[in-house]
Amino acid sequence: MTEHLTIGFLPLVDACLPILAHEHGFAEEEGLALSFQRDVSWATVLDRLLYGHSDAAHLIAPLAIATTLGRGRPAQPLAAPFVLGLNGNAITFSPALADAVGAPVGALGDPRTIGAALAAAAAGGRRLRFGVVHRYSSHNYMLRYWLAASGIAPDADVEIVTVAPPFVADALESGEIDGTCVGEPWSSVAVERGVGRIVLATAQIWRRGVEKVLALRQTRLDERREAVEALIRAMRKAGAHFVKPENWETNAAILAGERYLRSDPELVLRAISDRLVLSRGTEPIHYPDFMFQHREAANFPWVSQAEWLYTQMVRWDGTPFRAEDARQAAAVFRPDVYRSALKGTGDLLPGASSKVEGSLDRPTAVTAQQGAMVLEQNSFFDGRTFDPDDLEGYLASFASG
Amino acid sequence: MRIAIVDESASRASVIEEGLAQLPGCELFVLTERHGLLARIEEIAPDIVLIDLGNPSRDVLEEYFAVSRALARPIAMFVDESDEESIGASIDAGVSVYVVDGFAANRIRPVVDLALRRFNAFARLQADLAEAKGKLAEREAIDKAKRILMQSKGVTEPEAYAELRRAAMSSSRRIADIAEAVITAHELLGGRA
Repeated sequence: MTEHLTIGFLPLVDACLPILAHEHGFAEEEGLALSFQRDVSWATVLDRLLYGHSDAAHLIAPLAIATTLGRGRPAQPLAAPFVLGLNGNAITFSPALADAVGAPVGALGDPRTIGAALAAAAAGGRRLRFGVVHRYSSHNYMLRYWLAASGIAPDADVEIVTVAPPFVADALESGEIDGTCVGEPWSSVAVERGVGRIVLATAQIWRRGVEKVLALRQTRLDERREAVEALIRAMRKAGAHFVKPENWETNAAILAGERYLRSDPELVLRAISDRLVLSRGTEPIHYPDFMFQHREAANFPWVSQAEWLYTQMVRWDGTPFRAEDARQAAAVFRPDVYRSALKGTGDLLPGASSKVEGSLDRPTAVTAQQGAMVLEQNSFFDGRTFDPDDLEGYLASFASG
Repeated sequence: MRIAIVDESASRASVIEEGLAQLPGCELFVLTERHGLLARIEEIAPDIVLIDLGNPSRDVLEEYFAVSRALARPIAMFVDESDEESIGASIDAGVSVYVVDGFAANRIRPVVDLALRRFNAFARLQADLAEAKGKLAEREAIDKAKRILMQSKGVTEPEAYAELRRAAMSSSRRIADIAEAVITAHELLGGRA
């Protein structure tokens, strides 16, 4: 019998896996019929999820944790059994700021060099303002991580405001913001309008940084467990299709269409192919793993990723660390569901459910429950590592640094 | 009671405004411009903010409610947690409601109920309009399919239409769907519609 699921999403390239699972028939192969609910704010994507308009949603990972912890609204436990992708966001400056920090033209900058130059620029003159898509977004946490490690206090030395992705280019043009951290295709849109230059990819800040998740209400996951596991299998197949170069153009055209992103296929193709035009009129550069949707079991919901996000929430909300909150945040990521969905399929399954983040500087073989698993470099740009067994120690290291 | 209606659709905003104007003791402010939205909200200092679910400024507004020190009293979504049912109803209607802290539920309820009725009424109007537009688009597709058949098979217009209708009846589909299929097939075969 065909099971039906409705999936909420925001028009961003990293909504690709459920969309392609539907468009290429992978969902149907798994006995699933999918329909989609497109929205233009995370608040609405979340409301529809909480009040049953959608069964699952493309969601910024920190928002799934914040909702579970009751930050900003009454607590509702969410579950994330699948990571929709890692990274895929860019830090884009107005041309004036890009010049001021000496960002190279036609090449990505070095996060340390640009960070140091930005610290100097932030020290003099007017207060710089940056736009992020949501308070509880990886964009916000990546930007803040980089700023703080560069000696810039995100709330004192600069200002960080919320700007909806479709208006990022407008905000750069009008001078409302000097820079942004946003998902594709929105940096490319700013580049094409000549109002922004891409200076860094978030993958340069944390080489394997967690981005969107597939989120469900915990109760809905329990009720629809089989359908959700079928969806996970279908999205893994969609991921294998997504990363093959011969499919890039087809997938860009599908994603850019009226029902999904309503964007220019050429711009969508840039993110999909890891080939970005950094400033208008320059040649595209190839930055491998700008988006990371499939290899190395990229969709596996590592509990340590959820715990890293919780430490950033404590750090930037200024709320006290609570062991119970940390436990609840960790429980949002559901590797058990991911494993159960893919057991016996031959797909890669890690042996552990948690790992020290940022500890690998070269490809390293790790134990696997299924398949042979090699994880590549996953460092943070400042060389720190995150040990999920010592969250408080990790937080304290920032306070003293 | 100061009520801000944030809606980029000026026509819907005025439908809601007109409805709420019936309520005694309400001061209404309609904000249809995205630019300068937060400054306007700060100036108005509303007790209740209504914003449509399709408004791209929702995240910006929620962030402002969460962190702004300019607001004397915090604003949160809805009144209290016990009001799940009316929250669900408002999401169904396509509107989100934010209320300042400490506002009595019995003063808010009539506003929310009325706003929801107006939202639903507007949605029905739009659905009617969409249906009318859809019929127009179907008409165009059928005309296009007829032209393709007339050119490729050398038949007259009534004959082309009769063929579409026969195909529709024998496969129990709508004529408009058959017309779409003819157009798609024609395009796939390299023709120009």
